[in-house]
Amino acid sequence: MITYAALFAFVCFALAVLMNLWKILSAEEIADRILALDSMFINALALMVLYGLALGTEIFFEAALIIAMLGFVSTVAYARFILRGNIIE
Amino acid sequence: MSLFLIAALPFLGAVFPALLIRAGRNASASAAGLTTFLAFTGLMLHIPAVFNGEVVQARFDWLPGLGLNANFFLDGLGFLFATLILGIGLLIILYARFYLSREDPMGQFYTYLLLFQGAMVGIVLSDNILLLLVFWELTSLSSFLLIGYWKHLPEGRQGARMALAVTGSGGLAMIAGMLILGHIVGSYDLSVILQNKDLIQASPLYLPALILILLGCFTKSAQFPFHFWLPHAMAAPTPVSAYLHSATMVKAGLFLMARLWPVLAGTPEWFYIVATTGLITMLLGAVIALFKDDLKALLAFSTVSHLGLITMLLGFGTKIAAVAAVFHIINHATFKAALFMSAGIVDHEAHTRDIKRLGGLRHLMPVTFTIVLVASLSMAGIPPFNGFLSKEMMLEETVHTLWGGSHYLVPGLALIAALFSAAYSFRFIVHVFLGPKRSDYPAQPHDPGPGMWLGPAFLITLVILIGLFSAKLAGPMVAVAAGAVTGGNDLPYYSLKLWHGLTPALYMSIAAVLGGALLLKLHRPLQAAWEAAPRPEAKAIFDRLMHGLTKLAQLITDGLHNGAITRYAFVMMLFIIGISYYAYQGGTLAAATREVQNVGPIPLIAWFCLVIATGAVVAKHRQRQLSLVLIGVVGLVVSMGFNYLSAPDLALTQLSVEVVTMVLLLLALNFMPKESPIKAPNWVRARDGAIAVIGGLGASALIYALMLRDFAMPSISEYHLANSYKGGGGTNVVNVILVDFRGYDTFGEIIVLGIAALVIFALTEAVLGTRVRAYLLNRKPDMPQAGDAHPMMMVVATRVMMPLALMVAAYIFFRGHNLPGGGFIAGLIAAIALLMQYMASGFTWASERQRVFYHGIIGSGVLIAAATGLGAWFNDMPFLTSDYGYLYWPPLEKFEWATAALFDLGVFLAVVGAVLLALESLARFAWQPGMSTEHAMDINPARDDAPQQNSDEV
Repeated sequence: MITYAALFAFVCFALAVLMNLWKILSAEEIADRILALDSMFINALALMVLYGLALGTEIFFEAALIIAMLGFVSTVAYARFILRGNIIE
Repeated sequence: MSLFLIAALPFLGAVFPALLIRAGRNASASAAGLTTFLAFTGLMLHIPAVFNGEVVQARFDWLPGLGLNANFFLDGLGFLFATLILGIGLLIILYARFYLSREDPMGQFYTYLLLFQGAMVGIVLSDNILLLLVFWELTSLSSFLLIGYWKHLPEGRQGARMALAVTGSGGLAMIAGMLILGHIVGSYDLSVILQNKDLIQASPLYLPALILILLGCFTKSAQFPFHFWLPHAMAAPTPVSAYLHSATMVKAGLFLMARLWPVLAGTPEWFYIVATTGLITMLLGAVIALFKDDLKALLAFSTVSHLGLITMLLGFGTKIAAVAAVFHIINHATFKAALFMSAGIVDHEAHTRDIKRLGGLRHLMPVTFTIVLVASLSMAGIPPFNGFLSKEMMLEETVHTLWGGSHYLVPGLALIAALFSAAYSFRFIVHVFLGPKRSDYPAQPHDPGPGMWLGPAFLITLVILIGLFSAKLAGPMVAVAAGAVTGGNDLPYYSLKLWHGLTPALYMSIAAVLGGALLLKLHRPLQAAWEAAPRPEAKAIFDRLMHGLTKLAQLITDGLHNGAITRYAFVMMLFIIGISYYAYQGGTLAAATREVQNVGPIPLIAWFCLVIATGAVVAKHRQRQLSLVLIGVVGLVVSMGFNYLSAPDLALTQLSVEVVTMVLLLLALNFMPKESPIKAPNWVRARDGAIAVIGGLGASALIYALMLRDFAMPSISEYHLANSYKGGGGTNVVNVILVDFRGYDTFGEIIVLGIAALVIFALTEAVLGTRVRAYLLNRKPDMPQAGDAHPMMMVVATRVMMPLALMVAAYIFFRGHNLPGGGFIAGLIAAIALLMQYMASGFTWASERQRVFYHGIIGSGVLIAAATGLGAWFNDMPFLTSDYGYLYWPPLEKFEWATAALFDLGVFLAVVGAVLLALESLARFAWQPGMSTEHAMDINPARDDAPQQNSDEV
């Protein structure tokens, strides 16, 4: 059962990544593209954790941790750049 | 005293004069004098051994793999030169103390002088030609500093540059010559080379080696056509001229010719190159010297002439000529150093050294007059002074020398040179000291204090004593030195005495003296004729040559890198494609040994994202903001790829580096146009595009081919895998490689990282110190700005994140040795955690709370890593050997400790410091006074005052 669940999840997140890519390439506003990139980070994180579950290994945990913890810093930096131009005021 | 110590003492002592100058000029001079005196005493302790014909040695294998050994040896020749260098050095130190004025930085002078002295002693004591080359270059550099000592004088700077260019390029040629010589013999040790005369002279490489080495010697010893730098180097203070340009540095070339005499001399090539050059130089120098009105220029050309004389004697290639050469080296050093110092005294007291403005000084400066009289007569070759003895030996040798079948050429030209030599020596006496007293001296001349005349007085005492008692005083020294030059003690018969009977040489001497007197009588019309005659000006030719060379160098350099990255990439890619094609043409490709593996759907999607994003970056790269987003996709996929392909350490590093890079790029983009304009014409873009495509396809093909085949050689990975735990005490191979196997590399890298950050800081300081600062302070944002500079939500979120992120950093750090992680990644994470505070609460707020300077953090990181590495020395292990073991603390389970963790701590600190220093420096460019606020948040319920309104709000 877990195999099917994992497979289903793989398909969903893979599709999500592709859709993120589509939005990154085609969105009108730069803010939308940044949002799409941020969600791509999250979806990639999910894929990695899933892969770890499927293989039964913990080796991907730290990378997931770092993405979860620090991934938003780039997004915030982008956002600050759009809003203020200067990211460290 | 060990030869090591004798050679090292001047270098060690060089520190003290510069430091002690604060205690006064006497202290500084005493320190220099004491150092030299110690080295001199150490040298003298070897007298018994050297005069018994022994060779004192000191050996130390420095870099045996390169054949570079710090071997020293002391034989007669080395002893003679070392005595001259250290002995005259002592006199010069005394003289300079009183010569230099209060305004001159005397500490600097003595430090340079000792550096030079050490380099010279190194040359004459080296038993290894590579070591000799190192010292040789050191003399060029230190003499540059000494010649240009009076930095405020343009002649001093130009003269120093010319001397460096000429002697430096000669040294370059000599390096090649020495390498060839070492290649022929198979050893770079002089003592071995000197045993292999036949091997060297039979080699087809003999002539190239000879010419290259002679280029070095001729430039250093100011031989024609490289003689022109010496007169220009006279812009140096007189003590420098007296030391470098009479007694020591210019004799380095002679020393080397004498040193290699046993293996290089005796061939027709040697004779025609060396003897002819020497002869021309001797004649040319003597003639020009007569027509120089500047006392120092006269002496400089006279030195050129005498150096030519000695070169010619060495060039004759006979043993008896070598004896004469050695003897004249001693004699010339004594009278010429005395003359230089006297010229300095005249300059010092009369405030001019223009002969035309001098005359009649004998009553005003009786002591100086006596010194000059004796030294000049010796230089002119008048008995009973020592100059007569060696000049007569020289003339005697010329009589026996056949040049191109002619018996008369060499003696004839030597006679003319001797004639002019006598004439300019007499001129120094007659035109400066004799004649009526004048009333228009720039200053009232008088004899100086004993500090200045003691040195030259001592030297002329030697001039007289050696002249009178030559066999007793100079005989043994000449014998051992000449024995060392000729490579054996079987010297032919010679006798050092004043009266040899009525020989041709005596007639020539008499003719030279009489002719010289006559020339001086005719000086006025001759001078007029000389002034009228057209002659090439060496400095103008040299300047044109240097100008041309500079232009050429600029042309090549600017052609290859003009500051635009497109040009760098173009040149580099083209070169790489070229050599790859060459390798492809010459090599063979083995059949594939591996299967192509299947690709799963998820990796395929990742690959698809990567390719599309990359393509999009190429298409949209002119929109800089958009390309940053697209690069984010590339970074993400690459990190995921590392993870998927079992490189979790790389994945962690890549992820954190991505964040830092993005912040960096955004900081920079704030000041740049958001779109880059198209500058290059279309054909250039097409050309660059083609090169990029070829390079990319080539690299892909190469990697594809490589991945389908096993390595041709066993890879080092096996070793690392097998020894990671055994040798480094860790199971994470990547980390063990970083902190243990390749600890040296990592150590170097953190230093480079620290330097890079410091350079960014320094550049920021420099730029903000200029007018740019005013522009930056008044800069208006180029995009509309939203109102909230420090939003509350972000401040709160980052504040909460900070301890969590630091905890993760600690976790990653400690597990690093055995599991993915380590100091580098932990450092990046910690840096990002701090960076978030800067972004959220502002530059001012964050830097106020940063109590430790980042410079200090970088420095402590490097120091901790170094100290860890040094710790291995206390256990007799090489630098950076790590150790590990286990600890049992009662309430805890057993745990491992490793010194590598301490090293990793150094890495951690260096990374944190470097990243934050770099980013903080960049952030300072955008700082404007309106941003200063003590509050973390703009809108904060706890604040009493209203939020400040930014003037630039929309």
